[in-house]
Amino acid sequence: MGIKWDRFFITGDPLILGSQIAILLTMIGIVVLVSYLKKWKWLWTEWLTTVDHKRIGIMYILVGVLMFFRGGIDGLLMKAQTATPDGQLLDAQHYNEVFTTHGVVMILFMAMPFLIGIMNVIVPLQIGARDVAFPQLNALSFWLTFSGAMLFNISFVIGGSPDAGWTAYFPLAGKEFSPGIGNNFYAVAIQIAGIGTLMTGINFIVTILKMRAKGMTLMKMPMFSWTSFVTSIIIAASFPILTVALALMTFDRIFGTHFFTLSGGGMDMMWVNLFWLWGHPEVYIVVLPAFGMFSEVISTFSRKTLFGYKSMVGSIVGIAILSMLVWVHHFFTMGAGPGVNSIFSITTMMIAIPTGVKMFNWLFTMRKGRIQFTTAMLWALAFVPCFLIGGITGVMLAMGAADYQYHNTLFLVAHFHYVLIPGVVFAVFAGLYYWWPKMFGHMLNEKLGKLHFWLFVIGFNMTFMPMFFLGLNGAVRRAYTYSAESGFGPLMLVSAIGAGILAIGFAFFCYNIYWSARYADRNISSDPWDARTLEWATASPVQFYNFAKIPEVTSLDAFWYMKKKNKGLKFSNDELEEIHMPSNSGLPFIMSIVFGISGFLLVFEWKIAALVAALGILICLAIRSFDYNDGYHVPVDEIKEIEYGWQNKEKGVEKHVN
Amino acid sequence: MFKKNHLAPLLALLPVLLLSGCDSNMVVFEPKGPVAREILGLINWSLVFMLLIVVVVFGLFGYIVWKYRARPDNKDYEPPEEHGSTKLEIIWTAIPILIVIALTIPTVNTIYKLEKVPEGYENKKPITINVTSADWKWIFSYPEQGIETVNYVNIPVGTPVKFKLTSAGTMQSFWVPALGGQKYTMNKMETQLYLVADHPGEYLGKNTNFNGKGYADMEFTVESKSQQAFDKWVKDVKKTAPKLTEKKYIDLLKPTHLGRLTFSNNHLAWVNHGDMNSKTYTFPELYRNHDYPGQIFKQPDNQKNKAGKTDDKSMDMNMKMDGHSNGGEHNGH
Repeated sequence: MGIKWDRFFITGDPLILGSQIAILLTMIGIVVLVSYLKKWKWLWTEWLTTVDHKRIGIMYILVGVLMFFRGGIDGLLMKAQTATPDGQLLDAQHYNEVFTTHGVVMILFMAMPFLIGIMNVIVPLQIGARDVAFPQLNALSFWLTFSGAMLFNISFVIGGSPDAGWTAYFPLAGKEFSPGIGNNFYAVAIQIAGIGTLMTGINFIVTILKMRAKGMTLMKMPMFSWTSFVTSIIIAASFPILTVALALMTFDRIFGTHFFTLSGGGMDMMWVNLFWLWGHPEVYIVVLPAFGMFSEVISTFSRKTLFGYKSMVGSIVGIAILSMLVWVHHFFTMGAGPGVNSIFSITTMMIAIPTGVKMFNWLFTMRKGRIQFTTAMLWALAFVPCFLIGGITGVMLAMGAADYQYHNTLFLVAHFHYVLIPGVVFAVFAGLYYWWPKMFGHMLNEKLGKLHFWLFVIGFNMTFMPMFFLGLNGAVRRAYTYSAESGFGPLMLVSAIGAGILAIGFAFFCYNIYWSARYADRNISSDPWDARTLEWATASPVQFYNFAKIPEVTSLDAFWYMKKKNKGLKFSNDELEEIHMPSNSGLPFIMSIVFGISGFLLVFEWKIAALVAALGILICLAIRSFDYNDGYHVPVDEIKEIEYGWQNKEKGVEKHVN
Repeated sequence: MFKKNHLAPLLALLPVLLLSGCDSNMVVFEPKGPVAREILGLINWSLVFMLLIVVVVFGLFGYIVWKYRARPDNKDYEPPEEHGSTKLEIIWTAIPILIVIALTIPTVNTIYKLEKVPEGYENKKPITINVTSADWKWIFSYPEQGIETVNYVNIPVGTPVKFKLTSAGTMQSFWVPALGGQKYTMNKMETQLYLVADHPGEYLGKNTNFNGKGYADMEFTVESKSQQAFDKWVKDVKKTAPKLTEKKYIDLLKPTHLGRLTFSNNHLAWVNHGDMNSKTYTFPELYRNHDYPGQIFKQPDNQKNKAGKTDDKSMDMNMKMDGHSNGGEHNGH
């Protein structure tokens, strides 16, 4: 195959050399630590082969935290480079790689795993199910996401990073202008992760449609489950477009076809259209579950039912439909003509209507409530004004003619960070502070949480607010440097300092995880926030079968009314029955490794080797189709023992809200 | 607990800052021609509504969070059961609809206006300039004057300029913020943009669409001169500037940074990259990086191929696509 070993590892950059050493040391460290603690078996049986939705969710969240770190370092490097005019930290090539991986990692490997992780943990609990509809498929989804993320992340030390932007516009991303393999990592790694996401979408559609507790009609379903449901539908509708687009990209780059190239009758704008046909719904895929989390948090800490539940449901369905009809607003400047631009301006602005409805419903949920300023609630509160700024600048950008002056400037960059950070990251933090006790049986420290909150929110506003003004003054995005005469210097410096503050905030979050895991009080109530939905009706951390007896639902906020009426909370032991649970399986993990190896070989354009490795995928599928393991039954005695354990612990535990 | 209450007024300051942009010297707010002024009018119109929304929502938010905060003395307060209010929900669906309508009408109006010669200049004969973007430079051809410049463009003041935009390679975006909005340049396509400078002066133009290593330095200058000065400049160029040859032109298209160049003829004589059937001028081997080298494929319609060796299949495809483009906004779309 003529392997050029000397080009295999990226050399000649001290930053990258440092990372290579750090990665090597970390890997050795992990192996040594697990061996020293004799935890290999535990790791395999409890985590790598698990099909439990809660553990899979926790692993997703772990990937999210790690990728936030990676994407954050990329972001800080960019900010450090542009803090002063003519910065010397990174050269153009390195900067291009950094902003490309920042975008891909933050959207696909940070936001998505965080949200799908929380969906995994919470949705089956909220709807009163024992697991998702297809537990083993769920494990495969996770491991494919993990595999894709790892493949993408090694690119900067082995083979070379993609460098054509997270949008990877052709012809730049094609072989005519990027002849190295860097952009193959983009095509292949995202493909692998995307397959996992598509399966998650299907899995959750079926779970939510088929596995709700008795009495829970769709219109009695908690808002987070609703948003997860609609998100899953958008995933199932839009991810196939990405799959096709990436496949065509792979053909162009690895097999020499001409779908998007300049030569041979290719059409570069076709890529742009396909990319945003997926890319715009993708924004709502990450934002809608976040809206759901805010709804739960705001309702719980205002101690009131969500205001206008029906119009909330209507809004998210409306947003989902509109999300598929606006993609051209990402390239008004392509010259598609005034008719096209007018129509897409209008559809885009229409999104403001359901979003506005949601905003007012949240405000009126708080009205006449009793608002408790827990860390989770602080994130939800900060979301309102910050997201509003993101929203109104979005409307400004939606006005086609005005967009000609904003497009591709830092104004745009500021806008989408004002949408995605309050809309997704704040929500993830709110959700994590809120559901942490449900996942781990202890709270995150509130004091550290508030430090995290203030530093992060102030840092965020300081980083991105100046970018609006820079953009209006003509500063373009993705430029690795600028001259002193441009006058961008002072605001760029403010922005860079803000990014530092934001990063310190995130460090406090990581420290909080560590501190709370070590020192937080374990003797807490299973319902520490006095919450309203079914996930709080069972133990914290949740026992592997979720509910000993599936509760019956008669209204929205089912658990709240169960507590109020003191009905359906307790059950007698003779009501218990054996529980049917799915067995663990190592196949998803093994399959993801095969996917990863095959993908890696394909990235390096070793086509025959990749094909041979891909046969492994087919073998795994064959093994799975001959797998007759039907799961196992949990005996009643075991259930009784587990239930007695947590239900009697609760005595004397004080509530964590007052 | 009380800390939260400082957040609202603090954040309320942000849009005020945003709006203070109107009277600063940011380039978008300092238009130097009718096109940019038209867009600024639309931007200012939208800012009024945005300010209104921000004031209302921030005010409501601050009021609600302050009034209904948990205090030790309302510990026993039990919030009412309240599921919604049809009247209120209709109101806050209707208001955004009205705002969207108020924004849509001038937006659509402006979108259509920007496609034509700006108002008040209809009677002036426009001058045509072909813009060709390449990695990483801007090439300006004057078909009427028969000259060509690189990285700067001189235009007569007060005369509408019809820029015909295309690219020799990557997709780029042509933007002169002081004069008007931007538009993409794409290979084998042609887009059009009308701009007018109504003051003499020098304006910075740039590429906003990322196109690789040299992207950040892809700037050019637009100099608007009086008609006499412009005519004199054209005459001087004709007399003194060197001739561009095809060979030299191909060198020019290679990925390099260049200063200003001037030629007394233009490349439209042998290629117009906006033409759907033009040859491809790419140099993949010059884009090698520190990443692992991948395979480079044969390009059926590359200019380096010997005449007649063009792949028949791809030619067919080009012809077919060209057939579809009748009546489109630009070729091949």
